[in-house]
Formats: sequence, structure tokens, C-alpha cells
Amino acid sequence: MQRKLLLGVEAIGQAAIDAGISGVYAYPGTPSTEITEYIQENEVAVERNIHRQWSANEKTAMESALGMSYAGKRSITCMKHVGLNVAADVFMNAAITGINGGLVVVVADDPSQHSSQNEQDSRFYGKFALLPVFEPSNQQEAYNMTYEAFEFSEKTGLPVLLRITTRLAHSRAGVVQRELLPEKMLKLPANPMQFMLLPSYSRKYYQQLIDKQPLLLKYSNESEYNTFSHGTDKSLGIVCCGIAYNYLIENYPEGDCPYPVVKIAQYPVPEIWLRKLEKECDELLVMEEGYPLVEELLTDFFERGKKVHGRLSGALPRRGELNPDHVRKALGHEQPEIAEVPAGLVGRPPSLCAGCGHQDTYFALNEVIADYGDGRVFSDIGCYTLGALPPYNTVNTCVDMGASITMAKGAADAGLEPVFAVIGDSTFTHSGITGLLDCVVEKTNINIIIVDNETIAMTGGQDSSAKGRIEKICEGVGVDTKHIRIFVPLKKNHDEIVKLIREEVDFKGVSVLIGRRECVQRVARMKKMSSSKNE
Amino acid sequence: MKTDIILAGVGGQGILSIAAILGAAALNENLYLKQAETHGMSQRGGEVVSHLRISDSPIYSDLIPLGSAEIILSVEPLESLRYVPFLKSDGCLVTNTTEFRNIANYPKLEPAFTELGTKLKIIQIDADTMARETGNPKSSNMVMLGAASPFIHIDKEIILKAIETVFKAKGDKVVESNKQAFLAGREFALS
Repeated sequence: MQRKLLLGVEAIGQAAIDAGISGVYAYPGTPSTEITEYIQENEVAVERNIHRQWSANEKTAMESALGMSYAGKRSITCMKHVGLNVAADVFMNAAITGINGGLVVVVADDPSQHSSQNEQDSRFYGKFALLPVFEPSNQQEAYNMTYEAFEFSEKTGLPVLLRITTRLAHSRAGVVQRELLPEKMLKLPANPMQFMLLPSYSRKYYQQLIDKQPLLLKYSNESEYNTFSHGTDKSLGIVCCGIAYNYLIENYPEGDCPYPVVKIAQYPVPEIWLRKLEKECDELLVMEEGYPLVEELLTDFFERGKKVHGRLSGALPRRGELNPDHVRKALGHEQPEIAEVPAGLVGRPPSLCAGCGHQDTYFALNEVIADYGDGRVFSDIGCYTLGALPPYNTVNTCVDMGASITMAKGAADAGLEPVFAVIGDSTFTHSGITGLLDCVVEKTNINIIIVDNETIAMTGGQDSSAKGRIEKICEGVGVDTKHIRIFVPLKKNHDEIVKLIREEVDFKGVSVLIGRRECVQRVARMKKMSSSKNE
Repeated sequence: MKTDIILAGVGGQGILSIAAILGAAALNENLYLKQAETHGMSQRGGEVVSHLRISDSPIYSDLIPLGSAEIILSVEPLESLRYVPFLKSDGCLVTNTTEFRNIANYPKLEPAFTELGTKLKIIQIDADTMARETGNPKSSNMVMLGAASPFIHIDKEIILKAIETVFKAKGDKVVESNKQAFLAGREFALS
């Protein structure tokens, strides 16, 4: 069988297409972005005209995916872990409504925070919502489990949460594909009130969800992805979740792990295998990417049971992604002799690109702030967050998508004057508009700078929903057109930009300044694409 | 048979093309392969590393354990030094000598190379000059792949074929100059 070299995320995209989805709904976020990009460029997806445009944010994405499921078709929605916070409202409630067409929610967690503000573990969301969670351990499993997740979703009547982490997302391996399935036909839910969560209905649906839990457990116990392997040395029993299994086997290259091992790739946790392991072994070691979810579950609060080792006990690091070396240490194996990193090597921190317009905005803003003192620039998530670092040292906060405007508002309410919010074009349409409305309603004295590079730059230059719409949106929300000011962030415009910001600082109300110049990376990419097309 | 390779460089220097070529070659040879790479924030002029594992039996971990890489293949000298703990005691560090200076406090590297040279096998190659000499200044990454190729358990012809596959879309001239760069690097390492 032909193997195709795919990243974990690409394997998920390919599996979704092969399983007959009619739509992918997503907002970019590392390490989940390439699932959607893969589908966008795939021939079959293009030919079938599967929905594959970016959504404004993760909440609108998941709601649309649920709508497609309502209409009887298969859909997938993809996001990074913090994106699930944005979509948490619909996620929790989709567990209550259930699905009509198969619905898979892919969430890519980022332990070690390679590109994220935290390393929250999405398995907790799955548990919270009482939904089945799939956590593949390699690229082939990522393909197979995604492919099967749609049928599983339809069989159980529930959305499936597919959880991966950075390492699987961005690692390539050969993957064998399965048969391409046709799309589902349009078919409304058999119960017209299925998606009507009036309390009188939803109490009943919630009970039904609770009643399904033993069935989910049964499927977990029977899943081919949850396994028990026998061992001769019963002093220790090992539990491995997702890709942690690979790090264990890496330490036994001849396949000679002496301990019994439970591999978990589907939740709720497979009780029969865990009970068997606990019965057979003296102590347990739990290896999982992310938070110590399973370890906490197995650890006896009153310490009367068997000892459980893992991230909580200190056998493995409390935070950050696992690797074969952590696992080697936890197993008590000897470390090999290694060369040391020479002293004095400096890092190369990420920085704004040469020619990036954000730099010009920050140098101008710094000049204005100098009159008032630091600590008043609230910012957001995107390339421009790098404005926190030298040589700019301009922005003071970065918390979550859209928080620049609303945190600046809160600080203004507290009496800080003047305040600034720096937010990107796509972050503005993702979660900034409602905050702007709050400011307009209360006539907050705030200066919002939308740094508009006309793309979602940080994740690789995806199309931004904001493009060509920002002024109209601000007007529509109620910002006075006299205080919607546009500038072009270029070095030669420095004095003009400083003057413009000063004028708006003098105005005691809502000002929106839009610094518009296309991302230099996107310009270069577009040029390259059009020249290769002409060849 | 297994080869674990740490590929290092700075974002935009073409280490992912090296990975793509070795990936295509491994697939062609029916070998197992895993290749973990850096995406996201680190791409903006930052350090980029890829763990590339090729084997004739199934590979589990996407990450190479410390002390077990056969090769560090770096297209930039400072970046090559960051990952020496991954190298086996009898492994080989193959690096370009052209420095990529996008930081103010770029350190002097010579003392570190001298010191490490007493313990490790190191091949230093001016890949940028060699690439210019072969007529395609952009092919320094292929010079580096060539220099590392004697230590990779894949036939030379198979890698050349993979270079063809990966660069095909860019035209015959690009394919040919990249092949030449590969062969020049290989010859340097073997001589």
C-alpha cells in the first residue's frame, strides 16, 4: 500500500476529506493551522467544493460546524487549545444537543508553549463536557482515528474531541490512506427539537448524555487503540497516553519493556485495563502530555492505595512536553554520555521582520507615550506582541484574543489616562468588535490602534476576515467618523503619525487609528506565487 | 540500520527542503521515516531545528534522544553548536561556516569548535562559496546535504532522484544546479 509523507495535522486533514466531510471550519492557530490549509489545497476538497474558508473566530467556526451537522452532513472544526476557550460555550452545549451529521472537534494543545500563552490540556474540556476524547499516538493513528471519529460521532450521537499536541501536529511520517467516502445527503434531525436547549428540553438531553456514559466507557474498554501489554516485571505498571507511548518504546528498542503497559488513546479511560494493571503491579507510573489528568484520577487522595508516579509526584517534569530523555530518567535508566553545549551561545529570539510596518507604528507611539510615562499600552495576540521586546518596549499586555481593547477600557474606567490598545486587523474581527461597542456605549476615553497588515500574519499569512471592512465596522459600531484615522506605517511618515496620535489623545472619547500596510512576508509570498504562475 | 539526524539553521535557510528530499528518498527506499519540525513563532529569523529519523524498522519517538544522533547537519555554524548534546560520541557534526548574523551579540565560535574538535568528528564547509561556484548561490543547503550524505545510509543515486522530485516544479536548470551543489558537497566530505 502506498504511503504518503504527512504531518500529523495533514494526516487529520486527509482523513477528514476521505471520511466525506462537507466542511471544515476554523480560525488559524499554531499548531492546528495546517489541517485547514491542507484541506483548502486538496484536489478532492476543491472538486467537491467542501466548505474550507476561514471563520472569524473559533466560536463562529464551531457553531457553523454544528450547523452543518444539524443539516445532516459531516463537518470538522479545528483550533488551538486556547481557541477552545473562545468556543467553549458552543462546545459545552453541543454535548447536550448532540449531533446529526458526524462532528469532530480537533484541538491542538501546545505543551512547552512553543507559540502560546499557556499549556492548558484540552482533555479536561472533554471530561468537563462528558464527551469522548481521541488522542492518537502517531500519524497513522491520527489518520485512522479521525477517519473513524465521524462514524463514532454518528454512532454515539455526540461530537468527538480529537486532541493532539505540538509534536504530533508538526512531525511527518508515512501514512496509508483509506477509501474515499461520499458526502452525506442533506437530512434534518429526526427530532425537530433536538437542538432546542430550552431548560425543559435540555434537562432531558443532559440526562441522556449522562446515561450514555457507560456506553462510552464500554467503547473505550473495547477500543483497539487502548491496549494492555503484558510484562514479566510486576514491580511497576506503566500508563501511557497519546504520544507518550512512543517515548516509552523508544527506551526499549528491542521491544523488550519488562513492565505491563496500558496505552490510552481513547477516553473516558479504559477502566478494565487500568484495574487489571493496578491489580497486577506494585506501583504505577503515568506518562501523559499536558496536565496530570490520568495521574490525578489514579492517585489516591488518602494515600491508602498503591503509589502513583508521574508529573505530580516529580518522576516527570510538572510542565512542558515530554521527550524520550524525561522518560528514560523516570524509568531509572542510565543517561548516556553527552557533549555539553559550549558556553556563551546566545539565542535568536523571534523579531519583527525587516521592513515590517509594526515597527514604524511603535516608534511613533513611543514618542507620544514619552510625554505620559510607560505602562498604558494594552496589546493583543499577533506578530505585534513582539513590540513588548527591545528595541520597542512599547506594549505592556498580551492576555487573550481581543483583550487589548477591553483591558484598556477597564484601566480607563479606573482612571488611567490616556490609554492605548494595539490590536491586529484579524484579532480585531476575531474578538475586538464587541469590546469596541462597550467603549462606544460608555464614551470611553481610549485610543485604539488597529495595526492592519491585511492578513493573519503570525500563523503564515491566511486571509483575514477584516480585510477592507475595518472602517465600515467601526462606523457601524458607532465610532465618530472624525475619529477614525488612517495612516501608513512607514519611516518617512513618522512625524505625521506622531501628530495624528497626539490629536486623538487630545480628544476625550473613542478614537480608532488604523495603521495600514500589507505584511512584508505576504507581499513577498504573493510575488513569488504570481511569478511561478507566469513561468 | 538507523540514521538520526539533527537538522539546524535559521528560519528561511532551507533546512525543510533538506528534510523534504531525505523524506522523499526514504519513502522511495521503503524505509521508515519521522521528521519533527518547528513552526510558528520560531520562523521569524529565529533558530529552527528538525529531528529527522530514518530506519528500516518502525520508529516510535518523533524526537531524537540525547546522545544518539549520528549526524548534526547545520546550515549555520552557531546553530550547529546548540545541539551537540544530541550527538553520539562517534557521531559527526557537519556544518556550514558562513555565519548568519541577525543578532547584535553574535559570539566568537572558533574556540568552541577547537575544543569540541578534540572530542567529536567535525566537518566544516564553506557551503555558500561552494554554492556560488557551482552557479546557484541559493543551493548552499544542497552542498550541506551532499557533505552529510556519506554518513546517511541511503544510496547517492536515490538522493539525487529525490532532489529531482522536490525541485521539479522549478525547472530543469534549478534541478541541475542543486544536483551539482549536492555532488560538490559530497566530494568535499569524502576527500
